[in-house]
Amino acid sequence: MKMTPVLAAILSTGVAGGAVAQTELSLWYHGAGSANAEEALVNQLVEEFNASQSDWAVVLETFPQGAYNDAVGAAALAGELPDILDVDGPVMPNWAWAGYMQPLGIDEAKLEGFLPGPIGRWNGEVYSVGLWDAAVAMTTRRSTLEDNGIRVPTLDAPWSLEEFNGALATLAATGDYEFPLDLGMAWTGEWYPYAFSPFLQSFGGDIVDRSTYQSAEGVLNGDAALAFGEWWQSLFTNGYTPGTSQDAADRETGLLDGKYAIAWNGNWAALPVVEAFGDDALFLPAPDFGNGATIGAASWQFGVSGTSDNPDGARAFIEFALQDRWFSAFSDGTGLIPVTSTAAANTANYKPGGALEVFYGLSEAQALVRPVTPGYIVSAKVFEKALADIANGADVADTLDAAVDEIDADIEANGGYGH
Amino acid sequence: MALVTPDNHGLRLWTRYAVLLLVAVIFIFPLLFMAMSSLKPDQQLLSDTNSLRAFLPVGDISFQNYSDAFDRAPIGVFVMNSVLITGATVLLTLFVCSLAAFSFVFLDWAGRGLIFSVLLATLIVPYESIFIPMLLMVSQLPWIGFEGLEWGWLNTYRVQIIPFIADGLTIFLFVQYFKDLPRELIEASRVEGASWWMIYRRVVMPLSGPVIATAAILKFLFMYNQYLWPLMVVQAEEIRPVMVGLGYFTDQLNVPWGEVMAYLTIITIPVLAFYLSLQRMFIASVASTGVKG
Repeated sequence: MKMTPVLAAILSTGVAGGAVAQTELSLWYHGAGSANAEEALVNQLVEEFNASQSDWAVVLETFPQGAYNDAVGAAALAGELPDILDVDGPVMPNWAWAGYMQPLGIDEAKLEGFLPGPIGRWNGEVYSVGLWDAAVAMTTRRSTLEDNGIRVPTLDAPWSLEEFNGALATLAATGDYEFPLDLGMAWTGEWYPYAFSPFLQSFGGDIVDRSTYQSAEGVLNGDAALAFGEWWQSLFTNGYTPGTSQDAADRETGLLDGKYAIAWNGNWAALPVVEAFGDDALFLPAPDFGNGATIGAASWQFGVSGTSDNPDGARAFIEFALQDRWFSAFSDGTGLIPVTSTAAANTANYKPGGALEVFYGLSEAQALVRPVTPGYIVSAKVFEKALADIANGADVADTLDAAVDEIDADIEANGGYGH
Repeated sequence: MALVTPDNHGLRLWTRYAVLLLVAVIFIFPLLFMAMSSLKPDQQLLSDTNSLRAFLPVGDISFQNYSDAFDRAPIGVFVMNSVLITGATVLLTLFVCSLAAFSFVFLDWAGRGLIFSVLLATLIVPYESIFIPMLLMVSQLPWIGFEGLEWGWLNTYRVQIIPFIADGLTIFLFVQYFKDLPRELIEASRVEGASWWMIYRRVVMPLSGPVIATAAILKFLFMYNQYLWPLMVVQAEEIRPVMVGLGYFTDQLNVPWGEVMAYLTIITIPVLAFYLSLQRMFIASVASTGVKG
């Protein structure tokens, strides 16, 4: 057949177009409506990646955070997962275990110098990496402590249990505050295991036995956990901290308004404290209740879906994101902690002498990831309910025993979760 | 024998109005709280919940929450999607289910009793319990569109509409209503030579205003309030409905309550408008069939 010039031109255009066309990669992101700079920065990251090479074009789809995990679960059922997922750090092992994600397969040399929290490992392999982390601190004013003769703790010498209890008693006795301590009981959900399980770990207990991940027996209801539970309940019975009915508005501004002397809060809430108190603002390390001082770690991270047809492209995108300039940009935009010290040096808040520099040190020194197991998503909710019940006056031993039974039953029902 | 005097007649009237007023207050106050709260900053909103101020436009009043809500989420897109999905489903449901009911009541075919019983049995099956098999089905279904044959209905308008067109409750409502229509009308029409389609269109449906209103309102509410299904089958923001959009106003720790109230006020308007437009017929239907919305 003789090809006409027009047909030849169309075909050649098509062939040429095909040669340069970028393969589309879908990226799902949890922050729709987050009303901060994060979503805009993710968009910028995608645009710059797409413009930086000719093989791949990432297409971003955003979801509201409250619906994100359910949407991913439904998509996995229907075989419609995207190429790239973002995943909350403690949830990652569950998604990896369920086959929603595959090992990242990037050169781990690229992760050197990272804070520990943003690297998502499961079964010895890296599945996800974050561009930022978060940290919590005992937030207060230097004058509050000094006026009441309370020692200012440091990373090397955090408050002991006796010192911390003594500080709360002293502050309560002043009568200047509605409560000496704000734990943020108005917040629910992941805040409980993220913010409060480090206290349990510092007592020597844990949500689940990390040596086997097959049971919570002995760690969530052993002597250390019972001591933790009694202490936890005493915070409420002594009137040291507001209970589960705390007003959300008080959680937001109680410290600034002078209702609370100390607030257990995150770096995301730190800038208003600096603005309000200036040099008087203090961000203190977690107390050491006998087994070392720890804080929670791991925020949202990127990974490759288990069914991606283009893992190379997904990996290329994630590697593109692992640059100090992005870590700094996200930190400056959102206030979160950059994952390397070199990136921190180029941020407004975490550079040496920056208003939030202390949080980088806290993340580096005290961060402990939540239990790295697929069962975490269940045990976290059990833990949350147990702590709320104890705060509301439930018997400590009975409550922790019941929590252990529930966690163990779930682990057994899921065949040990692949450990 | 009790006598109705002007005095106790007045007392009974006042008592009746007092009860009605109390019921009206119970139903109106949540809406009032929502609308008033949408005008207040978060801190005032939360502190006002301790008093009657929660129901009054007092304090620092502005439309800032509405502005912030529109900045946070594409509310117009969500509302339009919900109106489109709900409107299309309601219209198709009324047509398909009334035809099915017409067949059950007026046509004589083998097995209709059994099939109607099976249909009634589906009323006790909650949708949520069959969503996962439905999800697996719709993800594999074919569709012939402008771009030819394609597989899978996920991420489309049709997956939010078609699975909900036929439903047992609506057919049941129409069947119950059609049974009460005078058979003489149907028989006279047949004698005059009218086809079944003509009887459906010219005789039965024009007499069915109340049940149409009832079925439309119930279906409207069900579809407009859909959350789990669209969450499972839709990933693209441009075809999300309003209830999934509510998720834009919550994150891990903080809820901007003023914006939430502004969003809820906005998305309640279509529901109220639809209900009020059909209110008279809905009440007539409830009075005649005892169906509760």
